[in-house]
Amino acid sequence: MTTEPLEPAPRGSAVTEWFSTRAGGILVPLAATVLAFLIGGLVVLITGHNPLSAYKAIFEGTGLNWFFPWVSGDAREAAANDLQQTLILMTPLVLTGIAVAFAFRCGLFNIGGQGQYWVGFIAALYVGTNFEGLSRPLHILLALLASIVAGGLWGGIAGLLKATVGAHEVITTIMLNWIAIFGGSYLVEIGGPLQGPTPSIPRSDTVFESAELWPIWGSLPSLHAGLFIALFALVVYYVLLNRTTLGYEVRAVGFSPEAARYGGISVARNYFLALAISGAFAGLAGSVDLLGFKSAVSTGDFSTNLIPFTGIAVALLGRNKAVGILFAALLFAALEVGTSTRQLDPEVFEPALATDLATMIQALVIFFVGAELLILYIWRARTLLRGRPVAQPELRQ
Amino acid sequence: MANAPLLELRGITKRFPGVVANDHVDLELAKGEVHALLGENGAGKSTLMNILYGLYHPDEGQIRLNGKRIRIDSPRDAIDRGIGMVHQHFMLIPVMTVAENIVLATEPRKGPFLDLAGAEERVRELSTQYGLAVRPEAKVSSISVGMQQRAEILKALYRGAEVLILDEPTAVLTPQEASELFTIIRSLQEDGKSIIFISHKLNEVLEIADRITVLRQGKKIDTVPREGATREGLARLMVGREVVLRVEKPPAEPGETLLLVENLKVLDERGLEAVRDVSFDVKVGEIVGVAGVDGNGQSELIDALTGLRRPSEGRILVAGKNITTANARECLDVGVGHIPEDRQLRGLVLDFTLAENLALHDYEKEPSSKWGWLYPGRLVERAARLLKEFDVRGGRPQTLAAALSGGNQQKVVIAREVSRDPRILVAAQPTRGLDVGAIEFVHRRLVKERDEGRAILLVSFELEEILSLSDRILVVYEGRIVGEYEPGVTEEELGIAMTGGRERAA
Repeated sequence: MTTEPLEPAPRGSAVTEWFSTRAGGILVPLAATVLAFLIGGLVVLITGHNPLSAYKAIFEGTGLNWFFPWVSGDAREAAANDLQQTLILMTPLVLTGIAVAFAFRCGLFNIGGQGQYWVGFIAALYVGTNFEGLSRPLHILLALLASIVAGGLWGGIAGLLKATVGAHEVITTIMLNWIAIFGGSYLVEIGGPLQGPTPSIPRSDTVFESAELWPIWGSLPSLHAGLFIALFALVVYYVLLNRTTLGYEVRAVGFSPEAARYGGISVARNYFLALAISGAFAGLAGSVDLLGFKSAVSTGDFSTNLIPFTGIAVALLGRNKAVGILFAALLFAALEVGTSTRQLDPEVFEPALATDLATMIQALVIFFVGAELLILYIWRARTLLRGRPVAQPELRQ
Repeated sequence: MANAPLLELRGITKRFPGVVANDHVDLELAKGEVHALLGENGAGKSTLMNILYGLYHPDEGQIRLNGKRIRIDSPRDAIDRGIGMVHQHFMLIPVMTVAENIVLATEPRKGPFLDLAGAEERVRELSTQYGLAVRPEAKVSSISVGMQQRAEILKALYRGAEVLILDEPTAVLTPQEASELFTIIRSLQEDGKSIIFISHKLNEVLEIADRITVLRQGKKIDTVPREGATREGLARLMVGREVVLRVEKPPAEPGETLLLVENLKVLDERGLEAVRDVSFDVKVGEIVGVAGVDGNGQSELIDALTGLRRPSEGRILVAGKNITTANARECLDVGVGHIPEDRQLRGLVLDFTLAENLALHDYEKEPSSKWGWLYPGRLVERAARLLKEFDVRGGRPQTLAAALSGGNQQKVVIAREVSRDPRILVAAQPTRGLDVGAIEFVHRRLVKERDEGRAILLVSFELEEILSLSDRILVVYEGRIVGEYEPGVTEEELGIAMTGGRERAA
C-alpha cells in the first residue's frame, strides 16, 4: 500500500456508507445466493422442467415448510421428518464452518477440516467404544473433549509448521488430511486396531449407548443434542473473537500482521493458536456426528465425507460471522437434504438431476461470493452511469 | 501575464454524494506560466485537475482552451488537446523500459513492427532538450523514484502536452531531486509549456510558481501573484485562520540520559549492514533530530530501537535497562513509544475501529482486559476521551480507522503513543503527507511532550521539520552518523552532509 494519502475520496453519504458496511455484510451473500438460484433455475428450464415446481419440490423436501403454520396433517408430519434431517446435517456444517472462519479471521486458510474432523471422530470413537459403565453425561463429555483435543492437535501441527518454518498452511493441512483419512481407514480396516466385532467387515465397533448424544426430536434418525452444541459453539466463536484478548490478537494478525507485530503481538504464536482452535472446532464436528447419529465408521466413509469442505463454503457465504455461518449452514444443509433421493418426488424432478443441481447451485453461490468484486462492479457501474465516482475497492495484503 | 489565457476553467462545480468537491471554481492558465494550485488535503485540488484531465465530468461550468469552449470526456481527449498529467502515483509498468512505457498505447510502427529504436531516439531527444537525463532503455524497476517521475513527464511531452499538470510532484522526492525537478520545470516554461503545479507545501509554491490559486473546502479563495505573497499569508488563505508556522519552543533543558545507543549495528532484510556502528544518546527534555535521505539506515535503526528488529552488534539502553534483544512488547513496557513511519501499514490496523486501534499496546492489560477477557465498553470510553483530547475529526470510537483522513489517522496514532506516557518517543516521519493544520498540531504536540520530560528522537526526511523542531541534529549517511549539528545550521550544510559530501571532503 502506498503511504502518501490520495486526496481523500469524498465520502460520508448515507448511501455509500450503507453499502460499504451493511451491504458488504449482507447484500453480497444474498445477491450471490439469489443469482445462483436464478442461474440454477435457468438450467432446469433448459432441461425441460418447470423451475418453479422444481424449486417448490426441493423446498418441501428440506422440511422448512414445517415453519409454515398452514401446513398440517400428514404434510406436517413429513415436513418434521425432513426438517430433522436438515438440522442433523446443519450441525456439523456449523462447526466446520466455524473452523474455517476462525482461521480466516487470522488470515489463514484452513483446508484441513477434513483431517481434523476425522481425527476428532476417531478420538471420540476410541472414548465412545471404551470406558463402559461411565455415566452418560460424563462419557459424552469425555468423548467430546477427546475430539476437541485431537482436532486441536491436528490443526496445531499445521500451525506449528507455519509459525516456526513458515510452511504454508494450505499445503500442510491438505497433506494432514490424507494422513488422517488413510490413518483412519487403517484403524478400522480388516485386522486394524479399531476394527469391530465382525471379522470380515472393515467397520469399527459401535459406541456405547452411554456415549450417544441425547435424541431431541423424531426418530429417523432423530435430531440429536449436537445441534445445541453447534449453536453454543457459535456463541463461543463470537465471544472468543470479540470479547477476549486472544480474539483481539487473532483479528489484528488477520487484518495486518505488520501492525500487529508493531503492537507487540506475536504473529507466530497466533498462527499456531488460530489453527489449533480452528482444528478443535472441526474435531468437535467429527465427534458430534459420531455420537449423534453415526455410532460407528466404515473404511468407505472416510473419503466420501465432504462436510468439512462444505464448511469452507459455509464460512465464505457466512462472511465469517456467527449469524452468517448459521444461515449459510442451514442453506447448504437444506439444499442437500431437499435434493436427496429420499425427499424429492421423482414426478416433478429426477432426484439424480436434483443432486447435481444442488452441487451446481452450491458452486455458483461460492463463485459469486468469491467474485464479490464482480457484484461490486455491477453496483459501481450503475452509480458510474449516474455520473458518480465511487471509491476504488482497495486490495490489501 | 497580460496575454489572453491559454486555458480557462469557469465556474467548475462537482458534487459528490454529500460533498461539494468543487464549488464554482475559476482558474486561468497563461501560456508559459507555472500556476500553483494550493490547498489542504481534501480542498478539491485533485478533483479539479481530474476534471481537466477528463477523469470526471463537471456538474456545472465550462472549460475553455484558446478561448474556445471544449468538452473533455476522457484522458484521451485531454491528451489530444495537449493536456498531460503526472499523477502522484506513477502509472508505469516496472518490468518495461522507459521508452516502452512512454510509447505504450501509441506505439510507433514501421510496417507491422514496433519501431522501438525510433521511439527511443525521440525520447532521448526530448530528454536532452529539457535536461531530464532519463535513459530510454533503462528498466523502470531499476531507476529511482525521481527518475520515474521524469519518465512520466517525458511520457506527457512525448504525447504532445502543452499543458502539464503535476499532482504533488515533490511528495516522493528527496530535496535534491526536488530542486532538480524545479530546474526541469523552468526549462519547460522557457519552451512555452504551461504548468499546473498542485501542492500543499508553501515553500515550493513560493519558489516555483508565477501565480498561486488557493482552494479551501472546494472553493477558490484567491489567486495571487508570487510577488508579494508570503508563507503566512498563503497559510492563512489555505486554512482560513492564522497558522503558526514557526514552531514556538522554549530552549531545551536536557536532563539525564534516557536513551543510550552504543556501537549499534543492524542488518537489513538482505543481510547487509544497514546501520553501521552508530552511537548516540537522547536526554530527558530534548528533541534529537535524525536527518538523512530515505534509505540510509533510518528504518532499521528505528526497528532496532523499538524491538522490531534485533541488532547484530552493540547495545541499546533505556534508562539504564538493556533492551538490545528485547521484543516489541518488552520495549513498549520499558516506555518506548513509537510513532511509526507508515501509519497505514504499521501504525494502525485499518480494519479495526478507532477504539480497538487505541488499545493496540495495552489491550492485554487492565483496565482494557482482565484474565484475557476484553472490555470493549472501556475501550470505547477511553477512545471517546482521546479522540476529543487530540481533536480527531471525522470519526467516533466505532469508526474504522480506514475511514479517516491521513491527518486524523496520524492524530489517532499520536494519541495512542502519547497517552501511554512513554519515556522515550521515537517519531518517524510524523507529519508525512499531512497538511498545514495537522502539521502544526503534530509539531506543537511533540514540543509539549518534550517539555513534559520525555526524550524524543525525531527521524524525518523533511529538513525544515528537522530544523524547526530539533535541539540537536544527527545526520545519517549510508548507515553511519556523519555529523552532529546545532539547530542553527543551514539547510545547505545539512544537505551536503546528507549526501555524503562531508565524508568525502574529510
